This record gives sequence, structure tokens and C-alpha cells, in this order.
Amino acid sequence: MADQEFPAEPARFVFDTQSEAEIAKVLARYPQGKQASAVLPLLWLVQRQMARQTGSAWLPRGAMDVVAHRLEMPPIRVYEVATFYLMFNTKPVGRYHLQLCTTTPCWLRGSDDLVAACKKVAGIRAFGETSADGLFTMTEVECLGACVNAPILQINDDYYEDMDGELTVALLERLQRGEAPPAPGSMIGRQTSAPVGGATTLLDAAPRTAQPVTE
Amino acid sequence: MLSDSDRIFTNLYGQHDWHLAGARARGDWDGTASILARGRDAIIEEMKNSGLRGRGGAGFPTGMKWSFMPKKSDGRPAYLAVNADESEPGTCKDRDILRHDPHKLIEGSLIAGFAMGACAAYIYIRGEFYNEMVVLQTAVDEAYAAGLIGRNACGSSYDFEVYVHRGAGAYICGEETALLESLEGKKGMPRLKPPFPAAVGLYGCPTTVNNVESIAVAPTIMRRGAAWFSALGRPKNAGTKLFCISGHVNKPCNVEEELGIPLRELIDKYAGGVRGGWDNLLAVIPGGASVPLIPREICDTVLMDFDSLREVKSGLGTAAVMVMDKSTDLIRAIARLSQFYKHESCGQCTPCREGTGWMMRVMYRMAEGRAQVSEIDMLEQVTRQVEGHTICALGDAAAWPIQGLIRHFRPLMEARIASYRSQSLPVAAE
Amino acid sequence: MVKLVVDSIEIEVAPGTSVLQACELAGKEIPRFCYHDKLSVAGNCRMCLVELEKSPKPIASCAFPVGEGMIVRTDTPMVRQARRGVMEFLLINHPLDCPICDQGGECDLQDQSFAYGMDHSRYSENKRAVTDKYLGPLVKTIMTRCIQCTRCIRFATEIAGVSELGATGRGESMEIGTYVERALTSELSGNLIDICPVGALTSAPYAFVARSWELAKTDSIDVLEALGTPIRIDTRGPEVLRILPRADDDLNEEWMADKGRFSFDGLKRRRLDRPWVRRDGKLVAATWQDAFGAIAARLRGVDGARIGAVAGDLCDAESMVALKDLLAALGSQNLDCRQDGARLDASRRDFYVFNAGVAGIEEADALLIIGSNPRHESPVLNARIRKRYLAGRFPIGVVGPGAALTYPASFLGDAPSVLTSLHDGSHDFATMLQEAAKPMILLGQGAVARADGAAVLAAAWRLADAVGALKPDWHGFNMLHTAAARVGALDLGFVPGSDGLDLDRMMGGGVDVLWLLGADEFDTGRIGADTFVVYQGHHGDRGAARADVILPGAAYTEKDGTYVNTEGRVQRAWRATFAPGEAREDWRIVRAFSDVIGQTLPYDDIGAVRARLEHVNPVFARVGLKRFGAGDRGGPQGDPAALSADPFVAAIGDYYQTNPISRASLTMAECSRTYAAPRALAAE
Repeated sequence: MADQEFPAEPARFVFDTQSEAEIAKVLARYPQGKQASAVLPLLWLVQRQMARQTGSAWLPRGAMDVVAHRLEMPPIRVYEVATFYLMFNTKPVGRYHLQLCTTTPCWLRGSDDLVAACKKVAGIRAFGETSADGLFTMTEVECLGACVNAPILQINDDYYEDMDGELTVALLERLQRGEAPPAPGSMIGRQTSAPVGGATTLLDAAPRTAQPVTE
Repeated sequence: MLSDSDRIFTNLYGQHDWHLAGARARGDWDGTASILARGRDAIIEEMKNSGLRGRGGAGFPTGMKWSFMPKKSDGRPAYLAVNADESEPGTCKDRDILRHDPHKLIEGSLIAGFAMGACAAYIYIRGEFYNEMVVLQTAVDEAYAAGLIGRNACGSSYDFEVYVHRGAGAYICGEETALLESLEGKKGMPRLKPPFPAAVGLYGCPTTVNNVESIAVAPTIMRRGAAWFSALGRPKNAGTKLFCISGHVNKPCNVEEELGIPLRELIDKYAGGVRGGWDNLLAVIPGGASVPLIPREICDTVLMDFDSLREVKSGLGTAAVMVMDKSTDLIRAIARLSQFYKHESCGQCTPCREGTGWMMRVMYRMAEGRAQVSEIDMLEQVTRQVEGHTICALGDAAAWPIQGLIRHFRPLMEARIASYRSQSLPVAAE
Repeated sequence: MVKLVVDSIEIEVAPGTSVLQACELAGKEIPRFCYHDKLSVAGNCRMCLVELEKSPKPIASCAFPVGEGMIVRTDTPMVRQARRGVMEFLLINHPLDCPICDQGGECDLQDQSFAYGMDHSRYSENKRAVTDKYLGPLVKTIMTRCIQCTRCIRFATEIAGVSELGATGRGESMEIGTYVERALTSELSGNLIDICPVGALTSAPYAFVARSWELAKTDSIDVLEALGTPIRIDTRGPEVLRILPRADDDLNEEWMADKGRFSFDGLKRRRLDRPWVRRDGKLVAATWQDAFGAIAARLRGVDGARIGAVAGDLCDAESMVALKDLLAALGSQNLDCRQDGARLDASRRDFYVFNAGVAGIEEADALLIIGSNPRHESPVLNARIRKRYLAGRFPIGVVGPGAALTYPASFLGDAPSVLTSLHDGSHDFATMLQEAAKPMILLGQGAVARADGAAVLAAAWRLADAVGALKPDWHGFNMLHTAAARVGALDLGFVPGSDGLDLDRMMGGGVDVLWLLGADEFDTGRIGADTFVVYQGHHGDRGAARADVILPGAAYTEKDGTYVNTEGRVQRAWRATFAPGEAREDWRIVRAFSDVIGQTLPYDDIGAVRARLEHVNPVFARVGLKRFGAGDRGGPQGDPAALSADPFVAAIGDYYQTNPISRASLTMAECSRTYAAPRALAAE
């Protein structure tokens, strides 16, 4: 009964050398005896290693046990953490994880169109599904914190900003063709969070020099 | 209007180099050692005099918060935790600091950490900000390499570590005690208070949790002086502030302006005005998702600062202005926020765990009109049952947007119900 | 002391007291779900909100420390409103299936809803449904009823010491469970049922069996281990349906072990409900008269020195003193209660009891466990050790077989020689004991039930003396027994008299007639082929299988009885049901037989038997426990140097199968299978 919940569980999870190098750095950040603090970083490393090795960024349960053992935590405490933080995928996801913000600021600027575009191109009916080719998993996410560039589509680690339905279709089709994803950021050529058409403040071409220290 | 020379975040849009060299060219890390040389008490006094109120939403005076830390250690180390878990819907100001001005934050961490006697700062950055984290970590590495932090930071003989810690998708970790829990490797569930973090915080040690923007403005305040900062803005609402203007405006953007700028000026001058003109404005959520919305009439005149917005029963919050024009289904817009809070409730305490789901479900029915008029009052009562009864402020945050909607747009809700009735009656008659 | 006012009642309380506790001291009832005074404070249910003057919001009284001059109000519109609100929230997703809920009638949610809730719900949305979880064969889950108070998680983590329960997911999707659907590996899991304030965790064997208000409740003592946890036996008519712990802070706090709680179905199986007599090698049903006649006939002409008796692990003191008196009347001093061959020294009481008391564990500041696995031998006592460990600065060393305890311990080795190196100070851990103000030595039966047991006993005592554990105000020498009857038996002298034979010497034809009083825990194959065996007891177990005459006795639930626990605490149990069929209370059987052979014992009622007990040993005069320091440091018999090289082995193989009742229990059999104990199989 239990194991049905953990599909495609690999027989064994072992941190690779790349992950191990990161683990050494991570553990140095926390005081002695407080190594449990490293649980989020280590789960991240698992997820990245899984993406590297299998193309799917997720947390097999066996890997959670490995993390628990490494950090001397009871496994249940790791399961709790892994299921509380929603960026951890306890099931496999597609190669491109489409994380669609539909919270009010994005919704006001047309996130519904992005959702419709993703469904259409990926052939997905609902959030949480993975496309038949395993390329896309579509997840509804809450505010991504880039609201002046709404709507946002996050694909794996990257934000694609100032999106609309057409841009979404084009982006996904590009990925379907096997091309590399474009550089993240505004898809309409804005300078980050400056207004469309260029900044209206901070117009000095050169950075200002230091202000004198007042005493 | 704030002049560029009074703007703190001079690389807000990332038009310049964010690396150490670029940051130094903009004045960061200039004379940091001499700032530290003034001593803990002087720094805290300067911060108090500046009138800086916390930029994370609650607006608590930053200098006073620092002063709560023990003056003398009882043997336990002290910590600074920087809250970079920016997740309040509408808010995206810290993101620009993290990716475009990371050295301001790192320098501010050192100054703040020194002032409160902390041995280290943990910068807790939300998991989604992966690229921002990479920039920040690089900047931290640069600062270490340049001897600005770490052992004998800036040659001050003070040792101070800065660590970046990445979250993994939980809005609640922006609540200061949930953030500490998360840093300790647990679920982000807020702690009961008392004890407060200044007494028992990270790893049971005295800890102060500050917002990114609060920390990042500290070096400039120390350089230019409390008098300069407090002369900006309005009394008790001093200084400059990063505003995020999103939604139905012609040119959504982030901008740094003085506190107390009229809302209308903010929107018109920087965000290209409301889509379809000011008369097309329906309502504004002026301070991130958790503050009640204000209707057009109030928007005409209200000033953007803590006290002015409180007077109109809303709040400055994170100064994230969400503009909604007349095309907006306002009930749905608020219902979506209710969904946000339901989704982000940690589930620890009863009123929030149960109440957020209840409120969301009723709100979506209200958006459809599939409800009784009497349920508007019931919904209002449910928000009151949540508000003030929870461990942390997420319960309040979930309640307020709905209260704002009912306060200002009750007729709209009633009309929606009536319209649903009139459409569904023939069906009922079959 | 801190002064505060609760509802205009001025009270003084100790600093650090919570507002909730202060309100209770002022006589005000504060409703709560998540708060439990034996667990850490969670503050999550929000039911205990009260009004604090100058606070704009109500405060969670369970988590708020008292302050000087506080003005607290527990009955204001704000408080009532807050409670009503919380009650409503708790009920919106609760199934309200009270009519079929086993918690019905003793449910905190029901009771507090009645007292503080609204008369109707305003919630018209769909209710949440939660998948049930698997926690093992004892605890049934109906997780839709869960109110997420997290008491169970805190119990498992803090008291039971098994961090296996947690809350996964978040918000309204948060669910309690193990995530991996594995049985909780705790011998205290039944307490989850008691601690759950609603019907989410209920007793699996009791599911749909009865309504709480139908049950008659009788106070008794758990005799399936030597701690003697005070229990309440719930019966309906002739049947025991449920066993629950009673609370005693000095003994079990609120906890009880799973074996004592769940073995009672064994009371209905394999029972001896009529006398049997062996004829032509086969046991045939008989009358009492026939059975007594057969024994009397066999006894005729037998010299007292050729008669012996062995008392089992579950016996009440009354039946043992009666049997002892009977044997004395027959001229025999061949008595033994140490079926396991424990080399216990009955000459002084502090050689064989847990002198510091269970509560004394909390005073100790270092612990050495010798030849014992307290987790299996007394899970509740073990929880007290864990409690002491959690309080901090409590080094624990173990000499004996390595076992998974519920607290960190240093394993010092499994050979008796470790005792010598601890004594001469050559072992590192010796310092821990020497530096302690109240060192505690815990000696299990695994340490003494062996050929060199007397030497181990003497060595342990010598060590206790050497590290300063024997002081006028602190007795740090502590024996942990596994048998509920053992200390009582030793107290009343159910051991060989000066010329008497012990169990070993009664074997292999050492006696002609052997009377087994509920003695099933030794190898009956060692009894001489020609020895005539009388088995008096309640279960058709090992002893009965070897018997020539079977006298059906009463189980502990079926008789009034006196038991002395491992601490030396004298306790009384009351009859909850009648013994089945023709079975009788045990002291009455012995008394009746004495009459048949013309040696009538001089007591006609239980009062007279108890007077006899007091006469034999004055400790029986006083129910309860009086702790003593070590008055006499002179040690038990035995040469501390005569230690063998044999490693210590565990006294208990399979925790769930240690006596005739638990062996007859299907529930225990299932536990045994679930928690597959390979060592037990090897021992059989």
C-alpha cells in the first residue's frame, strides 16, 4: 500500500561527487550539532542531482532517508519537511517544470491565457499533470514575487516575465523542438523592473560616486 | 518628487554592474570600518533617529528592534536573520535588491549584525529566487574575498559571517519565527510568542529578523545621516521606500520614492497611469495582498505611508500597489487571494487551518453569486473569528482582504448574488 | 511567587506557571485540546484563549507564562466568542459521526462542543476527508476525525521516544501519520488512544465493541509486568472489554504498556474452567471432589520433604501465602517463586526491590543498567528514564546485551567483568557514577537469572556502594523485576526454607508431588517423570500440559488480590468479573483443599488471609510505597569475584508473549508477528 505512493522509486540513491562537494560547503554554514539546518539545502541537492541523472527533478523517498541519515534526523522529520515545502516534488516531474503563477497580480494581467496556452501546447488537462512525452509538468504556483513583470511563467529555475498566451505558445513549442530555452527575464525586452519604454528615474548614465560619510 | 541624488537604490533596475567593483563605484563599502568604529550604541541611536520603520510590512521601528538585543552576551551567540523570503503577492522589491544591489544588503548585514552583537547573518531567500540567490552568493563570496566580511571584517577586528540559506516554497517562512524554524531545518511553523526572538531565536539564541530593504538602507543612512533620511517622507513615516506598482497600469514598475507620496501621483508619474485613465480605476490594494483594498474615492487623495493608509483602514504593508480597473472582477480577485492564504496556511493552528479554506470556498461562491445575501454577514463573522485568534499574523492577513471587500463593495456582492439568482431561476422552475 | 488576578480571584503561583495552570488553580476550567500536562506545549488548538487586560487580542493561556499583576478573565464576551469560533472551526471538517464513533461519550470534542460550542453549524461546503493511516495492530485510525492537535506526535516523540509520527503536508491538507505506513515501534502505543482527544485514534480490538456508558469500571493492577501499573478494567456482564490506565504521578504518570492493555482477549481463550484429572495418561474432566481426592490420595504417606510448590509470575499474595501455609502444614519447606532461576537474595528487602522508586529516577543523575532492557521489561518505567534523560545531564551506561532503547546510552560491554572494571575505576564510565550525587544502578533479571547470579548481585551491590549510591537519603540500588508476583512472593517468603529445595532441586524427581501455582515460565520437561504435578491456574499453558491434576483458578481480573510491585509498593486489585465455569479464587481453592486433608487453614475470608499476610510480613499492612534510604550497606550473599565470563542475555525474548494470558491473546500474537522478534523464536 505504501509503496504505490512512490512511483519509479530508484533502487538506491547515493549522492554523486558533485553533490558531495556541495554538501561539504553547506554543512560548514551551520553550528556544530545544528546540522538539521542543512535539510533544505540537502533536499535541494537531491532534487538537482535527480534532474541531472534522470531529467526529472524530484525527491525519491529513499533519498529522503539518505538525507535523514546524513543529518542524523529521524526520517519522519525529513518527510515532514519535504511535503511542507512545495518546491520539493515528491513525485517525478517532466523535464520542464512549468510553474504558473495565477495569484491576483498575475491573474490581473492575463495568467489565464498562459494556463490555456500551456494546456494546449503540452496537451495537459489540469494542473499537476505531466505531458504524455514527459517533457512538461504543469503546476499552479502562488505569487512568484515578480509582480511588476506579470504574468510570470517559471520553467525549472528561470522566470519568463511579461508573458502572454502567444509568447507562451512560442516558448513551449521551442522547447518541444528540442531547442534550448531562451535567456530568462522579460520576454518583451524590458529593462528588468523598470517601466516599459525605459526608466523614468535613475537616469544618470554613470553611477554616482560615494556620498561623504557624515559625522 | 524625490531627486535621483536622494535615491538609495541606484542600481534598482540592474542597469549597472552589481559586482563588488560596481557596488563600490556607487559608494557601497565606503568607510564601513569607520561606521563600525562609532560603536554599537551610536549606530543604533542613528538608526532610531532616522525614523526608519521596518520595510517588511509591519512598520516596526528598526532601530528600536535592534536595541532589544542583549547588550551583553550570556554566553550564547547572537544572530541576525535577513528575511529575503519575499512572497507577499504584489511585492517584488527585495528581488531587485538581491539581484542588482546585493552588496548593499551584505554591508547592511554587517552593520546591523555589529550593532546587535551578532556573530553571523543568515539571509533566508525564497526558493523560487534561484537566480537571485546565485547573484547574492557570488556577492557574498566577493565580500569574503575582499575581507569585508568574515574574520576581522573590513579591518574592524569584528568577526562576522554571512550565509545564504535558500527556502523551498512556503510563504509562511516570511513570518519571522517560521523563518527561524525553517532555518533550523523544520517545517516553517510560526512559534508561540513570548518568548520573542530577541530573547530566544535561532538555535535558542538572541536573534533579530529584519527585512532585506530595512537592512539594505542602513549603510546609506549611516553615511548620509539620520537627519537626511528623516527629512524625507512625512513625520513618523520617514525616508524613501521601494514601491511595486502592478496590475492594471500602463507601465508596471518598481520605483523608489518618498513615503507619503500621493497614490495617484505614484501611479500616474511612474506607472504610466491607470489603464484607460484614472476614471477607469475601480480599486487599489495599496500594500500587498494582506491589506484591505481601497476604492477609487480614497485613491484620489490618499498618501502612501503607514499612518495615512491606516487612517483609511488599510495599510502600507510592503508598499506593493495592485491596481484594478473597472474591468476587474473584484470578488474573484479577492477570492484568488483567499486561495493564496488557504494554500499558504501552515496548518498549525485551528482558526487559520480551517478558516482559510472556509473563507476561500465561500469567496468563490460569492464570485459566482451562488450564495445567500445573509452569507455575506456570515463570511464577515468568519473573518472576525480568524482574526486575532491565530499564532501568527497569517490569519489576520487572510481576513483583511475580505473585510475590505465587504466594507467597500458589499452592493457588488449582493448584485452578483441577485444576478446568479435571476439566471438560475428558470432552471429551478423546470 | 507571582501574584495575579483571575476573574477577580487573587492568586499566587510559582514563576513559570502558565496562565492556564494559574486559572485552574483559581478554580476556573479552561477548555483545551492540544494542551496536555505531560507533553510539551503546542498552543495550536486555540481553545484555551482567555482575555488578558491590556492585550488587544485574547492569549493562548496554555503557552503564556504568568506575569506579576496580570489581570486575566476567563468568562467575557471576547473569550466566549473566541471559544465558539474555535469550536465551530474544529467541527466544520469533523465528520460528526458520533453515533458510530468509539470515542462517543468520552470525547473531548463532544464534551467541549456541548459546553462551549454553537447549536448549529454555518458551514455548507463539502467536508474534508482524510485517508486512514496504518499505525500497527493496536491503534485504529479514522483520520477524518483528526483535529490536528499533534498530541500523538508529541507523545510518540517525547514520551515513547520513537520519532516516527509526524504531520506531513500543510494547511488543511496536513495529515498525521508515519508517511511510510509502518507500525509504530513502541510498546506504549496504546496511550495514543487515551491521549487523542477525539475519535481519530481508537483501540483496534475495541472497535465497535461497546459504548462507554455501558461499561462497569473496576480498579485493578496490571500484573503482566512487575511495575504494577494501576488500571481500570471495563467490563460488560462477564466480559472484559477494555483496560485503561489510572493516573498516578508517583508510579505510571498516565501511561500503560501495550501488553497490559491489550492482552485481555487472552482471558477468554485456553481457559481452565473445570478441574481435570489425569487417568491412564489422559486428562479427563473431573469434579472438584475428584480432583481434590486424587491429590489427597497421592499425598497420603508422602514425606513433607518430598513435596514442593512453585509460584508463578501472576500470583496474588493471598494465594501464595495460603499455599505456603498448606505446604508448611504438610511439613514442606520446598518453595520457590523464581521460575527463571534468578539468584535473588530474599534475606533483606532492599536486595530485591527498586529502592529509589520509579519517581526516584527523576532524582538520579547517572544511571547504570545491568542485564536489563527496561524498554521490554517495563515500558512505563522506561518512559520515566527517558523523561529523566530529556531533562538533561543524565549519563546512561548499559552493561548487557545491546538493545534499542529510547534514549542514548553508552554500551559498556556485555560481560560481567565490566562490573569489576567499573568498581576498580578502570572503566571510563566509573567517573560518571562517582561524580553523580545520586547514581542509580538498575539490575535486571538478565543479570541474576544465571549460574553466577549471586556473584553478579553482590558485585552490583559492591559497585553501588563504591560509587556512593547507598546513602541514608538515597538508595541507588534498584532491582527491576519482570514478574508481578515476584516481590510479594519474596516478601512473604515463598523461597526454600532452611532445609528446603529450590526449583532446580525440585526438578528431576527431587520431589514426589509438585504444586504449581500458575507456574508456566520454566521448562516443565525438567520435572521428574514420576513427580505428581498439581497445576492450579487459569490457562491451559505449559504447566497444565504437564499436570496430573488441574485446579481451575482465577485470572487477576477475576479476584480480589494484593500485589507488590518491583518498587515494593503494596497494591490491591478488585474483582471485575467472575472466573469462568467452575474456576474459583485461588486462595479459596487452597483453603478448600486444606480442609479435605484435615489441615484446615485458619482463614475463612480474605480479611483473615490478609491479616495472615501482615503477620508474615508487616509490609503487607500498608498499601502504597514508603521509600527508604540505604540503612545498611552490608551486601547480599555471593562472592563478587566469582563472576563468569558468560555475556548477559535479555530476560525477555518476545515482549508480547511473556505469560499465559498474553500467549493466549490473538492481539498479542498479531503484535508478535508484526514486530517479528527473531530472538524470541530462537529462544523457544
